[in-house]
Amino acid sequence: MTGIDYEKLEKSARIRQRAVRVVTYVFLAVWAVIVLFPFYWMLLTSVKSYGAYNSEYVPRFYTLSPTLKNYADAFTAVPLGRYLINTAIFAVATTALMLGVIVLAAFALARLEFRGKNLVFVIFLSLMMIPNELVIITNFVTVTNLDLRNTFLGLILPSVTSVFYIYLLKENFEQIPDNLYYAAKVDGTSDLKYLFKVMLPISRPTLITITILKVIECWNSYVWPRLITDDEAYYLVSNGIQEIRENGFGRENIPAMMAAVVVISIPLIILFLVFRNKIMEGVSRGGTKG
Amino acid sequence: MEKKRFEPGRLKGWLYLLPAILFLGAFMVYPLVDVFVYSFEEGYNSASQTYLGVGWYNYSYVLHDPYFLQAVKNTLILVAVTVPLSTGLALLISVGLSSIGRLKNLFQTIYFLPYVTNTLAVGLVFMILFKKTAYSDGLINFLITSFGGNAVDFIDGPYWAKMLVLCIYTTWVVLPFKILILTSALASVSQEYYNAARVDGTSKLRIFGRITLPMISPMIFYLVITGFIGAFKAYSDVVALFGTNLNAAEMNTIVGYVYDMLYGDSGGYPSYASAAAILLFVIILTITCVNLLVSKKSVPNEAGGM
Amino acid sequence: MEVILENLTKTFPGRGRQRQVVTAVKDVTFRIPDGKLIGLLGPSGCGKSTTLNLISGLIRPTTGSIFFGEDDVTSLPPEHRGIGLVFQNYALYPHLTVKQNILFPLQNLKGKERPSKEEMRKKAFEAARLVQIEDLMDRRPKELSGGQQQRVAIARALVKMPKVLLLDEPLSNLDARLRLQTREEIRRIQRETGITTIFVTHDQEEAMSISDEIVVMHEGVIRQTGRPQEVYDDPASLFVAKFLGSPPINVFEGRIRDGRLLIGEEAVLLAKGVEDQEVTVGIRPEGFVLQEDGPLGCRLNGVEVMGRDISVVSSHPAAQSRTIRSIIASENRVDTASETVRFALLPHKVFLFEKESGNRICCQTERPGE
Repeated sequence: MTGIDYEKLEKSARIRQRAVRVVTYVFLAVWAVIVLFPFYWMLLTSVKSYGAYNSEYVPRFYTLSPTLKNYADAFTAVPLGRYLINTAIFAVATTALMLGVIVLAAFALARLEFRGKNLVFVIFLSLMMIPNELVIITNFVTVTNLDLRNTFLGLILPSVTSVFYIYLLKENFEQIPDNLYYAAKVDGTSDLKYLFKVMLPISRPTLITITILKVIECWNSYVWPRLITDDEAYYLVSNGIQEIRENGFGRENIPAMMAAVVVISIPLIILFLVFRNKIMEGVSRGGTKG
Repeated sequence: MEKKRFEPGRLKGWLYLLPAILFLGAFMVYPLVDVFVYSFEEGYNSASQTYLGVGWYNYSYVLHDPYFLQAVKNTLILVAVTVPLSTGLALLISVGLSSIGRLKNLFQTIYFLPYVTNTLAVGLVFMILFKKTAYSDGLINFLITSFGGNAVDFIDGPYWAKMLVLCIYTTWVVLPFKILILTSALASVSQEYYNAARVDGTSKLRIFGRITLPMISPMIFYLVITGFIGAFKAYSDVVALFGTNLNAAEMNTIVGYVYDMLYGDSGGYPSYASAAAILLFVIILTITCVNLLVSKKSVPNEAGGM
Repeated sequence: MEVILENLTKTFPGRGRQRQVVTAVKDVTFRIPDGKLIGLLGPSGCGKSTTLNLISGLIRPTTGSIFFGEDDVTSLPPEHRGIGLVFQNYALYPHLTVKQNILFPLQNLKGKERPSKEEMRKKAFEAARLVQIEDLMDRRPKELSGGQQQRVAIARALVKMPKVLLLDEPLSNLDARLRLQTREEIRRIQRETGITTIFVTHDQEEAMSISDEIVVMHEGVIRQTGRPQEVYDDPASLFVAKFLGSPPINVFEGRIRDGRLLIGEEAVLLAKGVEDQEVTVGIRPEGFVLQEDGPLGCRLNGVEVMGRDISVVSSHPAAQSRTIRSIIASENRVDTASETVRFALLPHKVFLFEKESGNRICCQTERPGE
């Protein structure tokens, strides 16, 4: 082999490498555009005036006279504010109740010793495999019979436990060394105090992740609220948007519709941008949407 | 006489579990039993809560209902198209993502965005992008006609067009999760393997086929299984695109059929809904078992990161 | 294949706020003779692994060149260099059997170079025989012990008959007993194949025991090269003296006054031809001789009997470490009840270093009164 041979090899390798890199970046950028485009379109449409939008036979990719009137319409023509408040109440109450329930359960399963514990845990695990669609029918009947339709209680009750989050938290609790518990016991700390003073602070990252994921889940939930509410006063954003689509604004006011869509999307996008790493880590540990 | 020993720990444990057990019992275990009961109660009347007899009639009704058959067909098409498509696309994107250095974080953030947005809300955006109205053909049709094609109404038009939009939207919605999982699976493959392969002069394609793919295959199978389950349960993205009256649009899914039977214009039949839900569950269970069997045969159990 | 490194420098862009550039390897020049076993030795972070990766081609030097024989391979990608590389964690493909792992490099070959199936099988078995793992060919890496995995990794690196074999910390993942055995094995394989072999280690004993030559690196710079015994007997700097030898060398503060070496107030040796100055004195553990009227008096802390010889543990105010360890033949008797112990020193086991730079001061030392 001679030196010239090497140079050629090297050169062709470098050219090929560069070509591959360019293709990769182009491909990734195209996909990024596909992902972002609907968001752009929704923002763009939401600031076009009703007249301008409807006169565009060929849709324009920009607007020269942005208006916020659609946002005003979104809040006045339909009770969008009501939907947002309802959803916030629903999300906060559900998440808070759920945290209480799962923390206690995870603590019992991870820390306390009692007969039947393993059996309970196995039953919990097997419940993880039950699809929501199977149990929602009876729950609908139950809540109807309890006269809880069109109440927050009816909305909230079925989703205050999550076997998966109990499992996640239990795993997390179990990583806390036993010695801490024994040390606390020697000092005469009660179980409950130990839970709140030691375990919860140590498990804060997991708790935050669970909280965020649950809030997202609540914000996007559609099926159960749809079944359980037919009074607009109790609509959540998903149902609200469906209602807007079918009856609100006079069917064709798409800019106002998009303004509503922007308003209900923004809280989650902000939440995501702030807690990006927590969310992505949490989802890769056990999200199942897909 | 034997004295019963009082065990405070034992009682305490159950006390802590009590709320969870109560809620799970009321809203998961009891309904699980009840749904089977419902599915066998013939002629159940939800107003009087009475029924005529016990038997297979509900199943037979559902299986002969053209709406149900339509829903099964739609669901199967959706599953067959989106699961391979989204998994393949996610793999391609993840491989691209892990091969770059600059802008990686930015791309990752963008790609994950659809995961946290409201399916119903963004579905509306897709609807107006694809919809053909009296005023405008919509953006997608504008693109199609500018390339010389004919405008199609994707939302109220022919069946294949509606199915196409549904598949596109579903893929768009499920990709973030898959990209996330595959990117972290790829990152967990030790760099040493790649270095070893490079020293041996392994071609890029062969590295991918013989090293990367086998090592992340457990994750791919996980995604395929969850993908199947997710696609079989498709509902809210369909509603987002085509509205709540899915039977009229010929776009209902099995889950949609269940809810329609339960509630809404054609609702009030929990027995039919239960039978349909159980049929769905059986289908999902079968497919998952088949998947697991296949994966056990073809995924080496030693595979994984170092 | 002779390997020549010329003024190799590798810098990495820094991370964090300051973005300080990190120089991993600084102006390294070294010639590795054909067919030898070379140990690249140094504490962690000294640049030895970077040097190995530069030779393998996995990373490219910032400046400088690398020659394999006559050929400049500086910017040649690794696959064209004809090297075999054994990774610290072996990097065996977990989903492939031992045989498939060993065959893997051969299957990458294309066109004329690609051997027939039968030839591949033969070569794989030859490599396996060389490292004595013929019986394990159908196992998966997970089913093997650490030592066996190591052998598979070596077989995989050898199967293409590389011109140069590189091993990155080959023994660090093995337990102590296997380590002894495997290092003999590496020596044997290298002798049998005659392949120029370079291995990286932080364990001086490992490097000393099997290398034809060692290269001692520190902070990205080569501090000394040579045959192990030479380097041990004639360290060029305090760093090298401290790094080689177990138990480690004993270091004292000392002075040169009027041709005499003083530790504390005691003149321990004659040092000719050196200016008066403060010095650092290194004394190998075997450089101490028990002698009742010896010039160096130390406080006796204890005696450890190690069978073949005994180790006297003592302390001295001028010593840099809390204890001084000296190795003495077991025929000697130490009066353990005594509070002090006196030593004479063997001149060739005593090294003088400049106080500031740590560089060796070359001079003639003699025992006083000879």
